[in-house]
Amino acid sequence: MVIEVIKKVVIRPQTSLGLLVVLAILPLVIKSDYLLHVLITVGLYVVLSLSLNLVSGFTGQLSIGHAAFYGIGAYVTALLMLRLNMPYWATIPLAGIITALFGLILGLPTLRLRGDYLAIVTLGFGEIVRLVFLNWDSLTRGPMGLPGIPSPQLGSLIFTSKIPFYFLILMILVITVIFMVRIAESEFGLSLIAVSHDELAAEAVGIPTLRAKLLAFVFSALFAGIAGGYYATYISFVSPDSFTFMDSVTILSMVVLGGLASIPGVVIGAIVLGLAPEVLRFMADYRMLLYGALMVIMMIYKPDGFWGAKHRVRNAILKNLEKKPTRVKRGEPI
Amino acid sequence: MFSQQLVNGITAGGMYALIALGYTMVYGILKIINFAHGDIFMIGSFIGLFLVKQIHLGLIPAMLISMAIVAFLGIVVERVAYRPLRNSAKIAPLLSALGVSIFLTNFAQLVWGTQTRAFPSSFQIKTFQVGNVALSSMQIYTLLVCILLMVGLYLFVQKSKLGVAMRATSHSVENARLMGINVDTIISLTFGIGSALAAASGILVGLYYDAVYPVMGYTAGLKAFTAAVLGGIGSIPGAMLGGLLLGVFENLGAAYISMGYRDAIAFGLLIIILLIKPTGLLGKNIQQKV
Repeated sequence: MVIEVIKKVVIRPQTSLGLLVVLAILPLVIKSDYLLHVLITVGLYVVLSLSLNLVSGFTGQLSIGHAAFYGIGAYVTALLMLRLNMPYWATIPLAGIITALFGLILGLPTLRLRGDYLAIVTLGFGEIVRLVFLNWDSLTRGPMGLPGIPSPQLGSLIFTSKIPFYFLILMILVITVIFMVRIAESEFGLSLIAVSHDELAAEAVGIPTLRAKLLAFVFSALFAGIAGGYYATYISFVSPDSFTFMDSVTILSMVVLGGLASIPGVVIGAIVLGLAPEVLRFMADYRMLLYGALMVIMMIYKPDGFWGAKHRVRNAILKNLEKKPTRVKRGEPI
Repeated sequence: MFSQQLVNGITAGGMYALIALGYTMVYGILKIINFAHGDIFMIGSFIGLFLVKQIHLGLIPAMLISMAIVAFLGIVVERVAYRPLRNSAKIAPLLSALGVSIFLTNFAQLVWGTQTRAFPSSFQIKTFQVGNVALSSMQIYTLLVCILLMVGLYLFVQKSKLGVAMRATSHSVENARLMGINVDTIISLTFGIGSALAAASGILVGLYYDAVYPVMGYTAGLKAFTAAVLGGIGSIPGAMLGGLLLGVFENLGAAYISMGYRDAIAFGLLIIILLIKPTGLLGKNIQQKV
């Protein structure tokens, strides 16, 4: 009951606007670099989870290699900035496009594969990408990584403190959320959900399922790539260790624990799991032990996540039906 | 050079196959990827190491005890993390398995520390020269244990009554239940056997590479899983074949292409096989119905 009320409040547009204002003035209140860093990390996780949600949530294609896209975006940005001295802003579209191309490549196996098999291909893809980072010494410096990635520069303002970085991720986050909400409300979004429910049935009613799946992968990779680029310039160091299988799993857990295919759910999932390691810090060595146990407990007691999409989809359909009352009176032939 | 890599590959492949059997048997019945299996393998290795080093047991009793303990662990994991989720959406057991995996890795780090430990072998390692192939006694023992366990499993599954029940359950859980088979017991048994085989492999891998560490289950698990898919997941002979093939390919690739890309070769092979024949080499084709 309480949860229902909270859900109703959260999905109001006024709430989002209010939240945005709060987020915008937050850095004026928070003076701690550590807290800002935590907020930035959580923001990055929200963007990554939302991007994965497009593939694994809406389209129902389980992907456990999402960190690969994040990594490709980060490496592309890092290399463009270090080797070609490009400004950060110019690398954003390039990182996005190159990562999106890899998304297209990973999307192609969906032609033939479904479910667990596809999940394994995404896993293999993630591992191969990480191994290429690790072994292509002449380009990526292998396990030593790429240090000294410059900070973005806006006119005379060089991003040295955490505050401009905070606003940058907030901007990326807002754009991502708007994009995802628009997709969810569009015909394209509905076709993705149709694919996730039953691909053959979707194809039978004339949805171009292949195109839908490929586009989902492309957009998903695009946003993950932009997030990766941001990470590269923010941390100013990239190495293969930051884009492992565990990172893919973390992002996927955020999506699933939040609630597949539900945008507010995924955002909450990313916030909760993003903050969990910090909140659980007092547990010291037992932190990850508890994290694993919590994942199991959560799946047992709430397998739909915090914000199960099941009811949401049904409600949306019912609402649409209510909006268009049939003109046929009862008893009349249609 | 080629035949040497072939021998090394077969040895590694035998160990992969032992782990892959656990994946494939569980998938055959429950249709879930048991992502915690690699960590169960790692726990088996650590328990074996503990028994050999602290309790001063011989290798064979240590292996048997470790297999028994880990079989029990596998059964407990199924009870706690998978059984409550049997009727929920497919992604729930997957996440639950990943949770167990994180839990076990960190448990091992807390108990045994993060450093790599050597696995003392109590016997003298001799090397035999056969033609231009160097064959160590370690490789021979490893292969012997692998073959023994696999033949044992094959006989159990094919000849014993429980084995028949297991095959029936993997064919159809519903029909098996109607035939009076206690499906829950069979599933527990499957997890137990799979985990025991993983524990045996854990000790062999620990001995062979002389290294035991908490994240060893991650790569070994992924490779074994690759092997299971390669052979056709759900098929027991498939897992054995897949393991051997993977071990051989990967060793040849490492020797002739690049050492650093050894794992990438394994995963690349996996993707290609899946695209050409998604059901693996020995898997059955299942038509999707509308």
